[in-house]
Amino acid sequence: MLLEYIKQPWPWYISGPLIAFVMYLLLKQGKDFGMSNNLRTMCTVLGAGKSASFFRFDWKSQVWNLLVVLGTVIGGFIAHYLLSDGSAAQINEQSITDLKQLGIIDHLQGYLPESIFVFNGSLFQFSILSIGGLFIGFGTRYAGGCSSGHAISGLSNFQLPSLIAVIGFFLGGIIMVHFLFPLIFA
Amino acid sequence: MKALKFIMIGILLGIVLYKSEAASWYRIYEMFQFRSFHMYGMIGTALTTAIIIVQVIKRTKAKDSNGMQIVFHDKDKSITRYLVGGIIFGLGWALTGACPGPMFTLIGSGYWTLGIVLLFALFGTWIYGLLRNKLPH
Repeated sequence: MLLEYIKQPWPWYISGPLIAFVMYLLLKQGKDFGMSNNLRTMCTVLGAGKSASFFRFDWKSQVWNLLVVLGTVIGGFIAHYLLSDGSAAQINEQSITDLKQLGIIDHLQGYLPESIFVFNGSLFQFSILSIGGLFIGFGTRYAGGCSSGHAISGLSNFQLPSLIAVIGFFLGGIIMVHFLFPLIFA
Repeated sequence: MKALKFIMIGILLGIVLYKSEAASWYRIYEMFQFRSFHMYGMIGTALTTAIIIVQVIKRTKAKDSNGMQIVFHDKDKSITRYLVGGIIFGLGWALTGACPGPMFTLIGSGYWTLGIVLLFALFGTWIYGLLRNKLPH
């Protein structure tokens, strides 16, 4: 009975406070909640310190955060394979219509749209995933944080820079979805 | 033991990111169209709870598990880096539906194409590191 309930998508009023609880658990360990820092640490581990001073720091001080990353991978596995009923996200009807018009989906199914995330070997798909990745990596480091470090950690501590960054996130997202999607996908 | 704690916290985060659908491309698309309350409800309740947590910690001068007082660091004052960097990240977030947490969660969920996103996110981070001194901050 409880498991059946857990297997359904979780409502926002359960998920939101749980995200804050993760931040609390990290603060109790003397650490800050921020996921994009791991990208920098991974670059350092891969030897980026040879080419830029930005990556010359003691990455061992960030091992704790890499362990959190390892956990999120395991968590994703558990949630997908053990705690999910496979139902698609019940998004807005008009959004579904838009996605059909853009040719991104035929009908709503799965957790992610197949045309973008199920590998089909096309240059188009590879371009979307790689350019998206480049923007995420460059943008988060330039802005000094992402959805966790700025929108949760920074805003909850009333940091004006985080508010500016979050406004930037939304400006970028709106530009992409409203103006660039019709050019990219149509 | 300490390592296990961080892995457990990560597992909780991964499960919440997946089950909340914050890791779903569809939810991010819909969020940037302002057509659903779901993501705003989630971010709103996360933020409200987090504000209370931060205020309680500050006012009670709470200590962490090592007995050290929990401190919060102010971010450097600037507009350019946060706004420009934020916009660039927002473009990538909307295109792939993934931010640096869900990216890893989805790899664990078996969507290995997110590995391509991760690889290029590392590449983007490296490019930032190379250009850092030339960029306005």
